[in-house]
Amino acid sequence: MELTATTTIRKPVPEVYAFWRDLENLPTFMAHLEEVRGTGDRRSHWVAGAPFGKDVEWDAEIVDEAPGEKIVWRSIGDADVPNTGTVRFMPAPDGVSTEVQVVLVYDIPGGTVGKAVAKYFGEEPHQQLDDDLRRLKQVLETGEVVRSDGAPWGKRARKEFPQRPAQPLSDSELAKGADE
Amino acid sequence: MRANTWAGRNKVKVRDVPDPTILNKRDAIVRITSTAICGSDLHLVDGYVPTMQDGDVMGHEFMGEVVEVGPGIDPDRLRIGDRVVVPFPIACGACAACAAELYSCCENSNPNAGIAEKMFGHPVAGIFGYSHLTGGFAGGQAQYARVPFADVGPLKIESDLTDEQVLFLSDILPTGYMGAEMCDIQSSDVVAVWGAGPVGQFAMDSARVLGAAKVIAIDKEPYRLQMAERAGHTPVNFEEVDVRSRLLELTGGRGPDKCIDAVGLEATHGSAHIAAYDRLKQAVRLETERPHALRQAILSCRSGGVVSVIGVYGGLLDKFPAGAWMNRSLTLRTGQCHVQRYMKPLLQRIERAELDPTRIITHTLPLDEAERGFELFKNKQDDCEKVVLKP
Repeated sequence: MELTATTTIRKPVPEVYAFWRDLENLPTFMAHLEEVRGTGDRRSHWVAGAPFGKDVEWDAEIVDEAPGEKIVWRSIGDADVPNTGTVRFMPAPDGVSTEVQVVLVYDIPGGTVGKAVAKYFGEEPHQQLDDDLRRLKQVLETGEVVRSDGAPWGKRARKEFPQRPAQPLSDSELAKGADE
Repeated sequence: MRANTWAGRNKVKVRDVPDPTILNKRDAIVRITSTAICGSDLHLVDGYVPTMQDGDVMGHEFMGEVVEVGPGIDPDRLRIGDRVVVPFPIACGACAACAAELYSCCENSNPNAGIAEKMFGHPVAGIFGYSHLTGGFAGGQAQYARVPFADVGPLKIESDLTDEQVLFLSDILPTGYMGAEMCDIQSSDVVAVWGAGPVGQFAMDSARVLGAAKVIAIDKEPYRLQMAERAGHTPVNFEEVDVRSRLLELTGGRGPDKCIDAVGLEATHGSAHIAAYDRLKQAVRLETERPHALRQAILSCRSGGVVSVIGVYGGLLDKFPAGAWMNRSLTLRTGQCHVQRYMKPLLQRIERAELDPTRIITHTLPLDEAERGFELFKNKQDDCEKVVLKP
């Protein structure tokens, strides 16, 4: 399955590139990621979150990079969900913003993990990546993922309608946190 | 706290809900001292805006005192104790739309942007108390509200103006003003305004302030037309006269140079069969709007004129007079108000007594009587023009 999405972020290319190149930042805006940990200059260990089911982890390596232009990575070893990603950065015509283009390719397996992944992407797989890039834009332009009463849990707020009502959260809801 | 909530179609209910807390670093919590019922709240209650849920706190016109600020707020910008008016569109101040002062199109403030995008092609800003399509933010018909990006939107009031003088800077005064500003008014212009509700009244006052030669008010409620007349505008009652003929009489046969639609998607019509046609189509959801005012504005406007739309539309409409629009070189301009752009200059106009927003207030009720306020406003009972609620 190949997913593409694009967005424009009102920050200069070097800043957007640097944020993405630090792969440990990806879980702040990508809903399916729990953690990415650098294990070497080009190597990293990725842990998927609830959307992909439990205990889905893999190693990845950057196979190509051109500072300020692109980063290409791929999973290595026997990943549960083999995948590759390419992100390109281009200066926007306004002279201040950066156009970001992402291509993710997942090799969806059979079994439980494959089912969870297929369910996560659902009927509109691009929507998830679009939402990821919307959150990337929020983080880079405003400092964090925006929350509302109806969608209070940042990147976990991907539940479709109906949401919780647009009224403040109770103490117990706040204590319980995101409903995964 | 107490809050007025949506409780299904044609139903609002004041109930106890939790107090708001800081969810983002640049939030503030405001203790609300005055809040109002807006005409667009009626569209929500009447069920014409999708994605409302039982329990949604309503209200997007409010002001009060800052009682808590998030750690990301610069104290030079906002502090506890500040008295603020809060603009209805939530705007981040950092995206390309905000940089272009198109605050109601903010690219970051709507967590449900993906849904809004499906409906509108591109997403729109978050709005307080205005459905989940615009973010699912709790509104301001309450004792307290959480205000995101509190270092961008809220306007500090540092003079001794009353709440009633400044409350409408949150929405309807800037909305009316933007309606007039989009008309690019010249000193020879006759400006006709469809709808003598609160926004229409402010569009009329703004047209006058911007130098129009004559301002015409079109409505069917005698008390609303009288209110416009007392403010110096020329009334036209569409239940008593044919609007197009009357406008031609009032403009030497030219038609108004500039026309403002301050009605939106629930217009009523003097002609029963056309009203019935749109009502039926709207009822079975074959169209989502009843656009009589807009059609009439387009057909009435002089060739080369401007039709400015500030009445709310949410979806699709039928029988749009594209031929009149195209062949007569009309300019159609519109937008949800970019309130943040207008708050300071309009505050100055209030301070200089060029505009008196208090003239439209007919009812002031405690928050707990919000339900009665909605009834009065919706059914135009007791000559109701604008309801202010006191939490």
